[in-house]
Amino acid sequence: MKPSLRSLAVVAIMIGAGIALPRVIYPVLALEILAWGLFAMAVDLLLGFGGLLSFGHAAYWGVAGYVAGFAAREAGAPYPIAVLAGVAGAAALAVPLGYLSLRRTGIYFTMVTLAFAQMLYYVANELRPITGGENGFQGIPRTLPGLSLGPSLSFYYAALPLVLVGYLAAYRIVHSPFGHVLVSIRDNEARAQALGYDTGRYKLIAFVLSAALAGLAGAVYALGERFASLEMLHWTTSGQVVLMTVLGGLGTLWGGVLGAGVFLMLRDFLSTADVFRDAPGVVTGTVFIVIVLGLRRGLWPTVADLVRRASRRAVRAPGRAG
Amino acid sequence: MDYLAVQLFNGLVNGSYYALLSLGLAVIFGMMRVVNFAHGAFYMLGAFIAYALLQQAGIGFWPSLVIAPLVIAAAGMLLERVLLRRLTGLDPLYGFLFTFGLTLLIQDAMRLRFGLQGQPYPTPGELAGTVAFGSVTYPVYRLFVVGFCLAASVAVWFVIERTRLGMVVRAATERADLTRAFGVDVDRWVTPMFGFGLALAALAGVLAAPMRNVSPLMGSELIILTFAVVVIGGMGSIAGAIVAGFLVGALSSVIAIFDPAVEGIVAFALMAVLLLVRPSGLFGSVETR
Repeated sequence: MKPSLRSLAVVAIMIGAGIALPRVIYPVLALEILAWGLFAMAVDLLLGFGGLLSFGHAAYWGVAGYVAGFAAREAGAPYPIAVLAGVAGAAALAVPLGYLSLRRTGIYFTMVTLAFAQMLYYVANELRPITGGENGFQGIPRTLPGLSLGPSLSFYYAALPLVLVGYLAAYRIVHSPFGHVLVSIRDNEARAQALGYDTGRYKLIAFVLSAALAGLAGAVYALGERFASLEMLHWTTSGQVVLMTVLGGLGTLWGGVLGAGVFLMLRDFLSTADVFRDAPGVVTGTVFIVIVLGLRRGLWPTVADLVRRASRRAVRAPGRAG
Repeated sequence: MDYLAVQLFNGLVNGSYYALLSLGLAVIFGMMRVVNFAHGAFYMLGAFIAYALLQQAGIGFWPSLVIAPLVIAAAGMLLERVLLRRLTGLDPLYGFLFTFGLTLLIQDAMRLRFGLQGQPYPTPGELAGTVAFGSVTYPVYRLFVVGFCLAASVAVWFVIERTRLGMVVRAATERADLTRAFGVDVDRWVTPMFGFGLALAALAGVLAAPMRNVSPLMGSELIILTFAVVVIGGMGSIAGAIVAGFLVGALSSVIAIFDPAVEGIVAFALMAVLLLVRPSGLFGSVETR
């Protein structure tokens, strides 16, 4: 396939922004935006393109975090191998859970995914000897022979290529024939079936791919924090990533990264206020309500509109007086 | 054997709460196609209202059992009228996300005010103490909870399945447009039914206060378990909600005899099995989107 000019430009902008980001904001926050952005993209792949709202994606983010941490700390795996182990773990888990969850549709599917994620939360809490229970899985090393990945900035640049591969994978999936079939299933499943597509199979594959991307994000995040915790598996995590996705705009893919960036910077900005530190839900919940009531399109389409209108005005401006 | 009986009863007590909560969820979902994530938060608020009434005004358990559901129902109807109504006709996921945000807001606002420390609530004097069955003794209050919830559940079931009012509600649930065409003002029933569903949650909250500590997070994990119960029972099925509630409660406690660690996952495992063999739930029929 010949890459179009447009997709080359997208890739160039992405790489440039990725490299510049930790120079603008501090590296720990930059890595968080990178990882949560990919996580939100994974959710958007399923929700925006497949019409399936998973409220249990914390399961894949968290399990990948634990698996990657385990591989790095107990098996001494260098960081890319640890991340891949996390991705494999998340994908393997998504096969049975996705199969079961997809036996229901619509809002029932959402409830089932939420319930399964909660089950994993319990299991991780009970497996204290392995997961560390409420103390979390601590002291995860991140190593790569020949390189020192200690400082946050170094790890950011080490993580960047892997995350970018994740972004590109999501972009490729959505723009492939597979992605188009997925959208057609979202819009009218019966018609897609009538056209001969095994829709159940497509949905399951989309679910597993989405879980694998969420796992990639979670593994990078856990290695970045050097810590995998029960919080990664908690239902609030599932909610937070859906919030970022909707905030960015459903079905836009890049909106997920924008949503993650805006949300995390807002949180960073507000973390100096007592209210937010003690009760973050007050702000998160309010943002949720505002988005659902008044900003359902999300930021990405709104911003794109503004840019388009501004550029049109700029073109027309010389003709006008003042 | 005695231990088994006690555990079975403990399970039925837990099941009472599941039943009452999933019943409220089913009523709300049936009427408005909204999966009310905030159900657990309103359950918690019900308990807190009882606690506040006792602390601030010296009003005890019995009046609270009436006042708290009424207050929550009123607040809920206002919420439905002012905000939730704007989401009518949209994909159900927006209602879900809205109530999710509401949950975070309510929960953390309460946490800011009361902290995470649970507040004790005394068992009402009339129901204190234990009662003996042969060699087994059991707290009176817990028996009361099972009896009360069972009676309340059956009453709701009766109203919805066997009365004229229930007929209107069921018709509106299944075919809102057709019901309108028969001249029934469906929209008039949406607000009160939402209030009624929340009142059931608040009722469960007041009942829980003497047994569990009153704390801001008391509803957060219960709600997800209740979702599993609802999937097991079949969403929108009143009888399914009641039966699945008691079933999950009893089964979890009995299995906990063999291994306490797995008690928390019984409901989810049962849900997984049911999804395999009977995806629409115990009492569910045709999938409604």
